[in-house]
Amino acid sequence: MHIPDGFLNPATLAATWVASSGSVGYGVHRLRRELDERQVPLMGVTAAFIFAAQMMNFTVAGGTSGHLLGGALAAILLGPWAAMLALTSVLAVQALVFQDGGLLALGANIWNMAVVGVLVAWAVYRALARLWGQKTWGQALAAFLAAWTSVFVASLMASVELALSGASPWRVVLPAMGGVHALIGIGEGIITLATLALVRAVRPDLLLRRRTSDVGGAL
Amino acid sequence: MKAPSRRIWIAGLCLALIVALLSPLASPHPDGLERVAEDQGFIQRALDAPYHLIADYVFPGISNEAAATILAGIVGTLLVFGITWGLAAALRRREGAQKRV
Repeated sequence: MHIPDGFLNPATLAATWVASSGSVGYGVHRLRRELDERQVPLMGVTAAFIFAAQMMNFTVAGGTSGHLLGGALAAILLGPWAAMLALTSVLAVQALVFQDGGLLALGANIWNMAVVGVLVAWAVYRALARLWGQKTWGQALAAFLAAWTSVFVASLMASVELALSGASPWRVVLPAMGGVHALIGIGEGIITLATLALVRAVRPDLLLRRRTSDVGGAL
Repeated sequence: MKAPSRRIWIAGLCLALIVALLSPLASPHPDGLERVAEDQGFIQRALDAPYHLIADYVFPGISNEAAATILAGIVGTLLVFGITWGLAAALRRREGAQKRV
């Protein structure tokens, strides 16, 4: 759901730039205090994997495709602030080098996917893992629902921006975007779960280590 | 907790590069937003980018489209890896510097 230039009006572009730079700036502020040296390689690898996975569009229905956004995967592996920075660097490279997502709309895309997508995923995962986290199925279900919700809410956020910009009326764009991304979110959930299962099989400590730490991260 | 060893992040990067190698198999259909923009008739509002580097994930100057896509994917994956690592390392270092004061 990378918004190209031309879809959003100047007021919406300005508002989303302010919101996303403020949020990423706050995230960077938190990372300066909290970022564990041992997380640095994991951040690079997670961002690289999300970039590559975002190229793998999967067909959903009616000649439409979707791809991983990675907000939940990054938030569960890295914690919310490092995830925000990782997703921001993915989106910036996509806009600057690959002409995927507009340059003026980069603020909106960062807001939708790197800020809202990550924070929603994080909030859902934290709440559900607290309820069900003792069980493996509970952790898995929490991760799946965090992934689905982050995509769905990010698509609603994009719809709000499109409606505010006059690209499409509210009553049309909200259900259309929400409907198709409710399907894409299932793919997001499956890829997120599969990747976490792989990490868990190879290095379970990457998922468990932050249980007792103040950085955030899994559980 | 032990630090992620060099072997594990190299393995993770290899996994990302394998996904990039598979990128020509991606669904060619428009994504959710493009589909909605086409259906609702606002796709024509999209402006062309002011410049093109590796536009649409096709590396320029390569006639084989699958090869051009794979090369674009590998370049992007390594670029994102390097930039994110660099940003994270820069933030980490500054914290270390403050601690020594």
